[in-house]
Amino acid sequence: MFIIKYRKFFIGFSALLVLASIIVVSVRGLDYGIEFTGGSVLEVSYDERPDIDLVHTSLAEAGFPDMLVQPFGDNGYVVKTQSLSEEQRQQLVSAMSVGDRELSIERFNSIGPSVGRELRTKSLYALIAVSLGIIFFVAYAFRHVAKPVSSWRYGIVAVIALLHDIIIPVGILTLIGTEIDTLYVVGLLSILGLSVNDTIVVFDRIRENLSTNQEKKIAEAFPTTVGMAINQTMTRSIFTSLTLIVVLVALYVAGPVATQTLSLVLLLGMIVGTYSSIFLASPLLTLLGGNKTK
Amino acid sequence: MWKTRIVALLFVALGVLLGWYVFHSEKTESNPFHLGLDLSGGSYLVYKADVSAISEGEVRDSMDALRDVIERRINAFGVAEPNVNTETHSLGIDGTEERLIVELPGVTDLDEAVRMIGQTPLLEFKVEAPSADREAIQAQIDDLLSVQVSKADIQDGTLTIGGDGIDFAKIQELQNELYLNTDLTGKYLDKAQLQFTQAGIKNGGGLQAEPIIALSFDREGSELFESLTRENVGKTIAIYLDGSIISAPVVNDVISGGQAVISGNFTIDEAKTLVGRLNSGALPIPIELISTNTVGPTLGQDAVNAGVYAGIVGLILVSVILILWYRLPGLIAVVALGIYTAIMLWMFKFIPVTLTSAGITGFIISIGIAVDANILIFERMKEELKAGNTLYNAVKVGFTRAWASIRDANISSIISAIFLFWFGTALIKGFALVFGLGIIVSMFTAITVTRFFLLSLTKREGTSGAITRFLYQNGFNK
Repeated sequence: MFIIKYRKFFIGFSALLVLASIIVVSVRGLDYGIEFTGGSVLEVSYDERPDIDLVHTSLAEAGFPDMLVQPFGDNGYVVKTQSLSEEQRQQLVSAMSVGDRELSIERFNSIGPSVGRELRTKSLYALIAVSLGIIFFVAYAFRHVAKPVSSWRYGIVAVIALLHDIIIPVGILTLIGTEIDTLYVVGLLSILGLSVNDTIVVFDRIRENLSTNQEKKIAEAFPTTVGMAINQTMTRSIFTSLTLIVVLVALYVAGPVATQTLSLVLLLGMIVGTYSSIFLASPLLTLLGGNKTK
Repeated sequence: MWKTRIVALLFVALGVLLGWYVFHSEKTESNPFHLGLDLSGGSYLVYKADVSAISEGEVRDSMDALRDVIERRINAFGVAEPNVNTETHSLGIDGTEERLIVELPGVTDLDEAVRMIGQTPLLEFKVEAPSADREAIQAQIDDLLSVQVSKADIQDGTLTIGGDGIDFAKIQELQNELYLNTDLTGKYLDKAQLQFTQAGIKNGGGLQAEPIIALSFDREGSELFESLTRENVGKTIAIYLDGSIISAPVVNDVISGGQAVISGNFTIDEAKTLVGRLNSGALPIPIELISTNTVGPTLGQDAVNAGVYAGIVGLILVSVILILWYRLPGLIAVVALGIYTAIMLWMFKFIPVTLTSAGITGFIISIGIAVDANILIFERMKEELKAGNTLYNAVKVGFTRAWASIRDANISSIISAIFLFWFGTALIKGFALVFGLGIIVSMFTAITVTRFFLLSLTKREGTSGAITRFLYQNGFNK
């Protein structure tokens, strides 16, 4: 019952984190990668990495001054520029070959501005569609438990928890300066699925307890019922998260460089999501439903 | 009881069989995984088609024609499993944009890829310039070619030509002036065909059929060709391809009927490629390259290796946690997870699913959901045991009670997957497909398979001993 007793504290804590995340994002702005803004990324590797100043000089001579060049992997560099034409690309590649070092192109990605714009709108549409789908499904699945909280509220609370689970990781990632690429978006979308999964398990237990109480004609305050459900599902929530966190840590530490951002997004999402399913969603439900005794 | 055990054994056999198939087909490469370009290496190109000159009703047809032409061009270069698609993209208020998307697995050289697609073979027929001009030009060429070489130019057995050497570019230029443009070009070509000369005695006396390219012109082209040959009997007509001379046969007589042959000492492969390119013709719609993505072969391979490694480490860690905490049921969950992995990998090959890094992430997340189903069931069993149920009843009731949670949670995940698939871009679609598939398969393995296993190992009647009860309990609870 501990959680329900101090529910205002936990909800307040979540609200604070969400607010802080929104402030971080609005101050620092989202760091969209070239997939969203349009632009080019060239990733090259050498048999032996040349000095970065040499690369800068060579680029400046070829007409690419002040390029963003970053070391990548053991022997490579990543160059980010605005969208390049085929001709400019070839110039860039030849400018990157410094001295007699052997150069190989690991990756070249060039995105026109319209493609980037489209990706942004599509991601947003997907997010909205998933949220709506979930509200409707939860409202339907909980249609028999209209009392004391209408089944729509379960759906809305699930979506609030979901937004919470997305906004806070985005805030943290913005703070540490992670660039948003497509896999980042995939990570956020997976959080959607996992967050709802988590929240529904607790809701389901509330639903079951409510109907058991009804059968046995036990009069119990709604917050008490919810508190019971949280306790009953606590081990499961923690354990499920733990197994996923283990897999994600393995993926982050040992996995491909390309999916490191993704595992980080998912890790944050898992931790925040587990927190919200225990400390946010169900307490919020009791707040919406009031303290009425059924 | 024995029935349950037999079914349980069949599940194990199914898992082993599928696992073996996946392993075997991967090792012998009879049916390897379909890896996306981000993992296998390759080029992904997006072109914008300019359809402004085409009436709305004909856009679809023109785009299809465009796709066919590009597809033929790529096929002519022998790329394995290329993928050419057209897409209409909504740009919101800006209307729509027609796009052509080209995926070239294994082509990691972007220059080559772009050239392959952008190349329109330019076929030209040219006639001799007036003989006076030709002589003058020929004299200049001879002049350029004649170089004084002395013994001093030979050092270490290599001849180095002093000064600027021979100006081959200039010679090329002059050679082109030997011929004059005509109206007859590849535009009038009806089709090109690969043929072989009758085997005859060739250099060195060997018998060899030489590949030649037979051209048929359309009606207008036939007329042009006829008049060209009529005016040039006894002279040569040069056939130019992409600006360089391929052959210059002598015209013996007037040729009507629009048939011509190019024989240019081609190899069979060269001739095949050329025929493909000639037949593919010009593009019906102008296109512009707006987005490219090339992944080198090592980067993709590294990602696959690291991904597989991380996956195995993750699976082992999860298995250890499950067995330590949930004991016998935990072990069963691990076996079910093994069967789940085998079924999923088999499905990736069977459907087949093109695996990208996003798709593999979807798979890993679905493992978490599969484990979650088992954790829900085992926690429920524990509660039922605490409530004083017999072991067998605890197992049965545990499954029934957990089912509603698992069902609703998974349905909501499936809804997410469907919407992501519906609205998402290619990458998101790949994720959603594997994720959705994983949830459906995990419902089967984590519930049905685990259930048969547990029931087949649990005694139906009587009380169970302390050891048995210990095996079914978990964590630090008594």
